[in-house]
Amino acid sequence: MTKTWVTPGGVHPPENKHQSLTLPIGALPIPEKLLVPLSQHIGAPANTCVKVGQKVLKGQKIADATGSVSVPMHAPTSGTISAIEDRPIAHSSGMSAPCIEITSDGKDNWIDHEGIADFEHSSPQILTKIIADAGIAGMGGAGFPSAIKLSPGHQRPIDTLIINATECEPYITADDSAIRERAAEIIEGIGILSHILGNPSNILIGIEDNKPEAIAALQPHVADSGISVVSFPTKYPSGGEKQLIFILTGKELPSGTLPAEAGMVCINIGTTYAIKRAVVNGEPLISRVTTMTGNACGINRNYETLIGTPVSHMLAHSEFNEAACSRLVMGGPMMGFSLTSADVPVVKTTNCILAPSYSEIPDDEPAQPCIRCGMCAEACPASLLPQQLFWYSQAEDHDRLEAHNLFDCIECGACSYVCPSNIPLVQHYRHSKGEILKAREEKVKSDHARERFEFHQQRMEQAEKDKEAKRAARREAAEKAKASTAAATGAGSAADIITAAQARAAAKKVSPEQQQAKFERSIAGAEMRVQMATEKLAEAAADQTDEQKNILTAALNGAKQKLEQAQTRLADHIEQHKELDSEQVK
Amino acid sequence: MIESIAQQPILAALIALVGLGILFGALLGYAAEKFKVEGDPIVEQIDELLPQTQCGQCGFPGCKPYAESIASGDAINKCPPGGQSTINAIASLLDVPAPELDAEHGEEADLKTVAYIREDECIGCTKCIQACPVDAILGAAKLMHTVIADECTGCDLCVEPCPVDCIDMLPLEEGLKQWHWPAPLKTADLIASDRAPHSEEGRAA
Repeated sequence: MTKTWVTPGGVHPPENKHQSLTLPIGALPIPEKLLVPLSQHIGAPANTCVKVGQKVLKGQKIADATGSVSVPMHAPTSGTISAIEDRPIAHSSGMSAPCIEITSDGKDNWIDHEGIADFEHSSPQILTKIIADAGIAGMGGAGFPSAIKLSPGHQRPIDTLIINATECEPYITADDSAIRERAAEIIEGIGILSHILGNPSNILIGIEDNKPEAIAALQPHVADSGISVVSFPTKYPSGGEKQLIFILTGKELPSGTLPAEAGMVCINIGTTYAIKRAVVNGEPLISRVTTMTGNACGINRNYETLIGTPVSHMLAHSEFNEAACSRLVMGGPMMGFSLTSADVPVVKTTNCILAPSYSEIPDDEPAQPCIRCGMCAEACPASLLPQQLFWYSQAEDHDRLEAHNLFDCIECGACSYVCPSNIPLVQHYRHSKGEILKAREEKVKSDHARERFEFHQQRMEQAEKDKEAKRAARREAAEKAKASTAAATGAGSAADIITAAQARAAAKKVSPEQQQAKFERSIAGAEMRVQMATEKLAEAAADQTDEQKNILTAALNGAKQKLEQAQTRLADHIEQHKELDSEQVK
Repeated sequence: MIESIAQQPILAALIALVGLGILFGALLGYAAEKFKVEGDPIVEQIDELLPQTQCGQCGFPGCKPYAESIASGDAINKCPPGGQSTINAIASLLDVPAPELDAEHGEEADLKTVAYIREDECIGCTKCIQACPVDAILGAAKLMHTVIADECTGCDLCVEPCPVDCIDMLPLEEGLKQWHWPAPLKTADLIASDRAPHSEEGRAA
């Protein structure tokens, strides 16, 4: 028997797996309407490639992958696209997200599809592309696109392929029953994975020892295939990726690293079945095994469920007693989340629908103060300090939370399970993780805003400077132009022009004495003219006609008037001058 | 000369110590010049903590000027967009008690907002473009403007200058991507003596 290692911590909750294992995997009637969410995986949501009213066949692609980390979606059955809109989806928030609704035509007609019988002759690239096009995302819970895990370009060659058949969470038996009934196909799927990864030296199927039937079903198929089935003692949570790797190989993955960095690939066993169907049968991922269990249901069993089947449809065919049901849980009792509505659809990661009675999962008791018992630290499979994390989470001390490796918490719920004070520890951690991620995002945004603000400031300053420079340049140009015109006319510089103008103005101004002399001269002139006119008139009196006399008289009068005007001007001037003088004296 | 110094140990010690003092003093002086820190690092650190909305609600034209003012002794509780968490962060950086947000400068908003221009009503005056501190508004004179929502810090500064009042501050929609788990409800203290003695009845009981 292969050696296994023991992880720290862990708990042993009641398994409750037998209820759903009494019946083989069943099939549900095709629901009238199926709802396919565009985001069922980690990464970018798929991009719709059909229109409302369009007829689709089973397996037809209805949404394309967007970007590298994404998967396409396919029609789970034939029918008509009846709506593409936001609908409530299976998410802890109870929020809505874009979905494609298909109204089934009941015929369940497949689209033409063809697989590759001898995959060994195909290149890993082609097989990886088939897996990507089949829309396969990790079916264990996280929903990470499988093709990316298998893509070449790993830092180091993959030497270990680990198939996760642990299924450690209570109630869930989807993988268990799938192994029992489909062992041959699962092993074939593992063969495909091994071929894609270049035949790693170790291929390990990790399975808990509470599934003896499944182990027995696998054994005959692995006899001489180089695959070893490793069973180990049942303990929750052995199925966590890092936990399982440690159990099987004794290697502890450093915080924040992926298994591929240690030369390992870890794939859920349900995913290997989907990969086999995709490669060999050419069928995209449109259905999965989902456990329907809980005491509020009359029938507990596994169903091959079409992706997009409303939970209410499953319940309707499981003798569901709503009055007896304490809550609807998607996933298991440890890591699952309560559903706010039964209309949400089953997605690629839905391994269980749990409808427990009040006695099975009672309502949460009120949390009491932490008594520092330390049981959470003993239960933690990641060797963290849940108590410290709890304090820091309450204090919103993000630095210390990160220093205590909050992000290594796998949210398994073991600490909350053992807490005697019923403290919902995991919810505290989830909240803090969300807050820290939000703060990081805001930091990136604020840094970006700062950069833009600084650039804006710089731009404004530059604009101001440019304007100033332009103004200065214009002033200089104007001066130059002036100087050049002055040079052309022969005068000196601008200053010379100004002094010349001032001199002219000063020259124009006459002193009061000169003014008086000027007036006196004009009076003398006028007197002369009056005298001449009088003499002419006297000469003409003897021999001239009356007409001529009149003209001479008018000239005499004009000369007399001018004399008077000159005399009044002189008088005014003298008076003004006197006034000015007296003012100056004052 | 050396002999006379050697004969007087006190003088020798004095000379040696003074010599060492001058030597190390020169060394330190040189290092202080050589490795001089440009600018005030504390201003940078405070600026890192401020939300960079550049809204001016603190009374300074941007986050950096406010950071400079805090560094020279201004109150740390003038930033409503940052809210209590920013105050706490700055308080722990400066090692001072964290006061409550100064209501004079505004209240902490529950929801983040972004500006939205009702494009039919926009007359293309470019006034909002000039007001935007982070160049998040796109447009040209007499042509419709629009806000680049991803770049908008929700500072409000574009609302005022708009002559036709066509800018709304809309709350950022919280989708699945933004959602994260809420904190568990605070439970009541079950033990009577743990309860804070807020009321007279509590104390009497």
